[in-house]
Amino acid sequence: MAILHIVNKSPFERNSLESALAYAKKGSGILLIEDAVYAASGKTKFADAVKACVGDVKVYVLDPDYQARGLGEVAVVDGVEAVDYKGFVDLVAQFETTQSWL
Amino acid sequence: MIVVIGLACVVLGLVIYYSLWHSGKSKLKFGILVNEGPYQHQSADSAYQFTKAALENGHEIFRVFFYHDGVNNGTRYAIPPQDDRNITELWSALQEKYKLDLVICIAAAQRRGILDENEAKRQGKDGDNIAPGFRISGLGQLIEAGIESDRVVSFGD
Repeated sequence: MAILHIVNKSPFERNSLESALAYAKKGSGILLIEDAVYAASGKTKFADAVKACVGDVKVYVLDPDYQARGLGEVAVVDGVEAVDYKGFVDLVAQFETTQSWL
Repeated sequence: MIVVIGLACVVLGLVIYYSLWHSGKSKLKFGILVNEGPYQHQSADSAYQFTKAALENGHEIFRVFFYHDGVNNGTRYAIPPQDDRNITELWSALQEKYKLDLVICIAAAQRRGILDENEAKRQGKDGDNIAPGFRISGLGQLIEAGIESDRVVSFGD
């Protein structure tokens, strides 16, 4: 079943992204929102883990949250797709179910 | 000639049927769960923005259920500074525009002092504070949202 994993905490604060990356099966998606958008930036120590995952799993970042944290000038990890709130809604519709890693 | 026209009608009919079926299929019913208040984390804002975007794109919101500290979204007595967003008023305005069903969990609400007129009376309190467009009900409403919606999206800490 194709699940959209929604992660909302910074990987520097919690290990929910690590868990999501480990649990996500091929064909599923991971959407980074709120403080989790830091993981989408190509300049943190988590960039390699995210990059390794891209391909089997599609990784998205909520752009309004990315911009709001002043990361607009920082390129995202290769293969990570930026979406707006409409894109967020489309992703929830596109995947069969969602899992918020709260 | 008649055969050609007949065939054309059948093809046109199928195209219309398919497009209607497809457009109906792509519009979904969402249930939204909000577990956090407006001032600790971003999740109330995320939930509001998601709900708004879903409605603006033609989807249906079956219900927004406020649980745990999420019930703090529904007090009309909160007075944030003027340059701060007032999430309660935003929810109320969205409710009025789209006739949303905004439900506050009763047990979580009573712990946190969120009351409507009936509950204030029943508990012997001297006033109520529920915001316009919100209603207080039980956890069954969350279960129903789970059953009736195509997708449930949780927002919280």
